[in-house]
Amino acid sequence: MSKEEFKEKLAVTFTSAAFDESGQWLNMTVPAAEWLNVASDLRVLEGAPFDYMFCLTCVDWKTKLTMVYHLECMQTKDIVVVKADLDRNNPEIESVSYIWRTAEFHEREVYELFGVKFLNHPDLRLLILPEGWEGRNPMRKDFEDPVNMIKL
Amino acid sequence: MYRESQIIRNNTPDNYMVINVGPQHPSTHGVLHFVITLNGETVVKLEPHLGYIHRSIEKMCESLNYRQFVYVTSRMDYLSSHINNHACALCVEQGLQVEIPERAQVIRVLMDELTRLASHLLWWGSMAMDIGALTPFFHAFREREMITEIFEETCGARLTMNYICPGGVMADLHPDFQAKVKAFLKQLKEKLPEYHELVTGNIIFQNRTKGIGILSKKDAISFGVSGPTARASGVSCDVRKRYPYELYDKLEFKEVLEDGGDCWARYLVRMEEINQSVAIVEQLIDHIPEGDIQAKTKAVLKLPKGEFYSRVETARGDLGVYIVSEGGTTPYRIKFRSPGFSNLSAMETMCKGGKIGDFVAVMGSVDLVIPDIDR
Repeated sequence: MSKEEFKEKLAVTFTSAAFDESGQWLNMTVPAAEWLNVASDLRVLEGAPFDYMFCLTCVDWKTKLTMVYHLECMQTKDIVVVKADLDRNNPEIESVSYIWRTAEFHEREVYELFGVKFLNHPDLRLLILPEGWEGRNPMRKDFEDPVNMIKL
Repeated sequence: MYRESQIIRNNTPDNYMVINVGPQHPSTHGVLHFVITLNGETVVKLEPHLGYIHRSIEKMCESLNYRQFVYVTSRMDYLSSHINNHACALCVEQGLQVEIPERAQVIRVLMDELTRLASHLLWWGSMAMDIGALTPFFHAFREREMITEIFEETCGARLTMNYICPGGVMADLHPDFQAKVKAFLKQLKEKLPEYHELVTGNIIFQNRTKGIGILSKKDAISFGVSGPTARASGVSCDVRKRYPYELYDKLEFKEVLEDGGDCWARYLVRMEEINQSVAIVEQLIDHIPEGDIQAKTKAVLKLPKGEFYSRVETARGDLGVYIVSEGGTTPYRIKFRSPGFSNLSAMETMCKGGKIGDFVAVMGSVDLVIPDIDR
């Protein structure tokens, strides 16, 4: 399916989403509050169920955080990128680890590196960072580490 | 609301035993720490603790320019360092919109497949060693040594090669390259039947792996598992076939699929992949075209504003490089989607309900590289 056809198909189901087809794959920006509904609809989408989440990450834009989800349909090879903007001071979004099990570990990684709180996550703890690290998020742009200096 | 499955986390009764495997344990192939809860000998819960060699490569790359950051990525999956570099180079080239000379493309694919062979040979030796057979390790290293020598001659390094760079490859092939690769292929093909005699046909090995650590197709997709581990569960996920990059759409090779989902199926998939990689190298080794090894690019690379994602198939699975560019000389944000990280998350499902002794067999068959998980 071409990106335009695909966009038209998705635009019918997801009325609140903003689409952008200039990149490599179809991009879709949804309000963070609706992400869980969008995710579960995408997972069972007729004709192209997005059953494979191959990337979950976050980008710090200094004014906001953006969650980026890369989804793939195993049958049709379609790929869609879903984005959701979060408030930088109090980032919260629903967890999707019940829909794609791989999200559980990826969300734990984003939680500790960016400080995004995933609601209803089964086990939201530190994964990579040592115990007692809470509060500082290394991948944020304003993070400073006096010991191992990485200047941006 | 769609629900894949119910995730249940209960506190375990007091009479269950908790043991630590790692951070330094021979079967974890590096510094990975598992906390395993046991009921007698049966695994009830398996919890990985990561971060012992976390270097925050993603953060480091934000301060390096597009020529420099490739070097750091050799240190992620050190057994597939050519393929890591390849993924980064592809991503940068996608942003720059440059065409790579044909000679460089062929060299890249050759290096990728030799890396895959080296990685699978090492896996074969170490998996057999995990299960208790020490001899295969030395056999595998004999053949692997020939590949590392080939790499050393052309790239100057044996493990972290930093050879594939944005625009092409760093240096031309060593004059002996073709002869040495052919000698290696000849020896590997002679020795492969010996491998099968030693391990594949061994009844003890078969008993230790058949029906152990089963991962269903549904779970494999849900956990985002990729590479040989997923293909052993019948998931067709070879990036080289699904989203061909470089020359892979012009080459003849099969995507190896098994549907057992157990350690034995994963073993068979990797053994057959060795044959497929040999076939690819054979198709190309006599047809390396003459010409440039690098496209003409500027000394300082600048990517346009936007997002770029490249996917390649490493020896362990689907490696993704995601670059967010603000138009500068360094990436604004870079994310490495490492195959090991997702494969690790499926470990609990594979081990649960099995015996603690089988954990080692599962660990061997999934073929995790820890720096790739921690990054």
